[in-house]
Amino acid sequence: MNNWTDILDVDDIPKLGARVVRHGSLDIAVFRTADDEIFALEDRCPHKGGPLSQGIVHGRKVACPMHNWNIELDSGCAVAPDHGCAREFAVRVEAGRVWLDFTEAVSATA
Amino acid sequence: MDMSTPMGRGPKMKLVMVGNGMAGVRTLEELLKLAPDLYDITVFGAEPHPNYNRILLSPVLAGEQTVDDIILNPTDWYAENGIHLHMGRKVVKIDRSARFVEAEDGTRADYDRLLLATGSNPFILPVPGADLPGVISFRDIADVDAMIRASSQYKHAVVIGGGLLGLEAANGLMKRGMDVAVVHIGPWLMERQLDEPAARLLQKSLEEKGMKFLLQKQTAELVQGESGRVAAIKFKDGDSAPADLVVMAVGIRPNTELAESAGLHCNRGIVVNDTMQTFDPRIYSIGECAAHRGVAYGLVAPLFEQAKVCANHLAHYGIGRYQGSVTSTKLKVTGIDLFSAGDFIGGEGTESILYSDPLGGVYKKLVLKDNKLVGGVMYGDTVDGAWYFSLLRDGKNVSELRDHLMFGQDHCGNLGHQGINKAATMTDDMEVCGCNGICKGDIVKAIREKGLFTLEDVRKHTKASSSCGSCTGLVEQILAVTAGGDYSAAPKTKSMCGCTDHTHEAVREAIRENKLLTIPQVMQFMEWRTPNGCASCRPALNYYLISTWPGEAEDDPQSRFINERAHANIQRDGTYSVIPRMWGGQTTPAELRRIAEVAEKYAIPSVKVTGGQRIDLLGVKKEDLPKVWADLDMPSGHAYGKALRTVKTCVGSEWCRFGTQDSTQMGIDLEKVFFKMWAPHKVKLAVSGCPRNCAEVAIKDVGIIGVDSGWEIYVAGNGGIKTEVAQFLVKVKTPDEVIEYSGAFLQLYREEARYLDRTVHYVERVGLDYVKKKILDDADNRRALYERLLFALSVERDPWVERAREGKLKHEFETVAA
Repeated sequence: MNNWTDILDVDDIPKLGARVVRHGSLDIAVFRTADDEIFALEDRCPHKGGPLSQGIVHGRKVACPMHNWNIELDSGCAVAPDHGCAREFAVRVEAGRVWLDFTEAVSATA
Repeated sequence: MDMSTPMGRGPKMKLVMVGNGMAGVRTLEELLKLAPDLYDITVFGAEPHPNYNRILLSPVLAGEQTVDDIILNPTDWYAENGIHLHMGRKVVKIDRSARFVEAEDGTRADYDRLLLATGSNPFILPVPGADLPGVISFRDIADVDAMIRASSQYKHAVVIGGGLLGLEAANGLMKRGMDVAVVHIGPWLMERQLDEPAARLLQKSLEEKGMKFLLQKQTAELVQGESGRVAAIKFKDGDSAPADLVVMAVGIRPNTELAESAGLHCNRGIVVNDTMQTFDPRIYSIGECAAHRGVAYGLVAPLFEQAKVCANHLAHYGIGRYQGSVTSTKLKVTGIDLFSAGDFIGGEGTESILYSDPLGGVYKKLVLKDNKLVGGVMYGDTVDGAWYFSLLRDGKNVSELRDHLMFGQDHCGNLGHQGINKAATMTDDMEVCGCNGICKGDIVKAIREKGLFTLEDVRKHTKASSSCGSCTGLVEQILAVTAGGDYSAAPKTKSMCGCTDHTHEAVREAIRENKLLTIPQVMQFMEWRTPNGCASCRPALNYYLISTWPGEAEDDPQSRFINERAHANIQRDGTYSVIPRMWGGQTTPAELRRIAEVAEKYAIPSVKVTGGQRIDLLGVKKEDLPKVWADLDMPSGHAYGKALRTVKTCVGSEWCRFGTQDSTQMGIDLEKVFFKMWAPHKVKLAVSGCPRNCAEVAIKDVGIIGVDSGWEIYVAGNGGIKTEVAQFLVKVKTPDEVIEYSGAFLQLYREEARYLDRTVHYVERVGLDYVKKKILDDADNRRALYERLLFALSVERDPWVERAREGKLKHEFETVAA
């Protein structure tokens, strides 16, 4: 069972960019690709905790602004040979609105 | 049914590869990275082994490594990637009309694309006895096994051929306890890689190890002993020598038998074009069997370049071209240091620089032509091999280095932090990459365990040399020493990044000639491989667009690195630093008061004076940035950008008793004119009011020194990774001239440098004479450059004002609470 929260408009996120959603003490980066796909990851690079929301989004990846690790948006995992994964959150888009589920982190062990 | 429709949803296309060696398998690896699901892949290999590192057969023979150590792709790898692997099956037939191949045992495989990577065969001298038991070549694991077996039973070994391979075989057999004589037809060893003096030194040190040499000897016959095995070698001059084992290492021939039988055009190799296709476009060929522009390469680096191009084409990107390679050689005999590259003999129109110390066992020769290094050979001291090779490959003008060239990189003004470290003498715990804290041992381990061959591989796996790049030469040396050969040769031209094969120059030209105005337009026009680039090409493209078409191309914030998007410097804890501009390093009590109030109001934890005569507020929360800027009410310092940073000044003639010119005012004027200037990299200026040079102009991109009669302008200094002293450009009389000449230089740099090149790199590449020609000799061009810079600056606005007062890109600074 998902526990959805209505967050923001898709258009509030720049294309090839991200917004930070603050939920209590948790920062979540919500990304938008060129094709308007939306992904949500904890805003912490698995390498040294850099804020992924501040990185450059390309394809379905984001380059961490700290040390340029590339993270796959659809799994939260670093592109090989780097390894480690950022926590991933379920996202739903309905009528131009983005919904997030804070409780149910998607399996981040992919 | 034609299966060649690339994007069809039907069954996958079939790719068959004949030959299971390094070049072929590297092609598959590259292909799987680009298009993992495009092909159903089948591999035939004549040897009963998976892909192994053929270059390391010598260390296996010498007992320094085992066969398992040199396996590159275990059979699991093939299975994991869904590749059908037929080991120990030799393909003997290609049916090009029905499109299938057939092996000796009748195994068949259909293909839509065929890749011939059949490698080469050793050349066997056509002398009587060449087919006797105990006569072998040195080419594969079976040969090495035969040599190791022979060494435990027999005494006398003869190696025919005093080239690279022959000497490595001889060295291995000697280490296995055999008496080894090397027979060579030429007057000296390794004549394709060495000149006579270097070869004599090599021969001497091998003789000291116990190796014997029979030079200028031609083999007449191999003589059978009573056991039926070879027992002796006879020469044309009548001499003979005992031989229980004969290793023929007189050269290799491209293995074209299969291709020829299928009617493919061959001429000293299977003839291929720049996309590695044979005369039948469904059939590709790479590696030692392929002849590209008349050359069949036998070294790893060029073969890997070919593999990249071939994979690119097989993946339907079809934009890569192989244009040939420059190669270098290193002998893998422990304790012998030898390196050669290019034209090391020299001839008409060339000149040589020689260093010879026969007692010390050191010999070096560098061959120059038209002020460029075209070749070299080194014996005994090869630490600078990688450096010479890169000078040669890049065709760099060395006229200014000439006096010191022979003494290596350290004597050529490299004051970088790593200057004294040398790969060979380093211990495993010594740090190589100071940025990422990577030690030599980490790199060696990664190269060995992960089978790395290229600088790019090492960067990806270890991060060494991936940040500031100053240790690149050292990493290349470690790669050469550890992997045993020169694997690191780069392509002749350097592409912008993995998303394209085009160079920076080609991309800029296309933007200019075709008036491209957006990043998607460039990517479409230049056929980018990725849908929207990567974190390395997008910022470069954004800069090229806005600098080429100011006022017309629109800045793309999403293609800016975070610092230039947020207009502040991201810190390691995710907060930002703010440095307001202080013209020429001058400030006022009112400004200082505002800075103090802002620091308290926003609880900014750290306030620091910078090296560029300004004040840094560190630890600002991102959401506070627009408010901080509004309260400061000072211009952006651009300390976060590839842009004009500071203009450092001394107090000058207004106060200083030595001052000859008003350097502070000159600095303020320069800074006000060039304010808001984006550039390929950061740009720092300084102005000193007298030759005592308190503003340290010698390490600035543009440095001005006031003298009694006017101003001296210096350019292309650098105080960073590699300290470089600025070079004198010109002396002018008036402040207006200082601004025009400096502006023209900066605009030339803005228009022609590659993104992320500092002025020092740009001037190093084009030469100071070129800059002088454009700016000093051609006054019209100078003024035109300066006018273009002024126009570009006229359309730029202060980003802090836009964001603090006008709400531009508000979302960048707002978090969403939920």
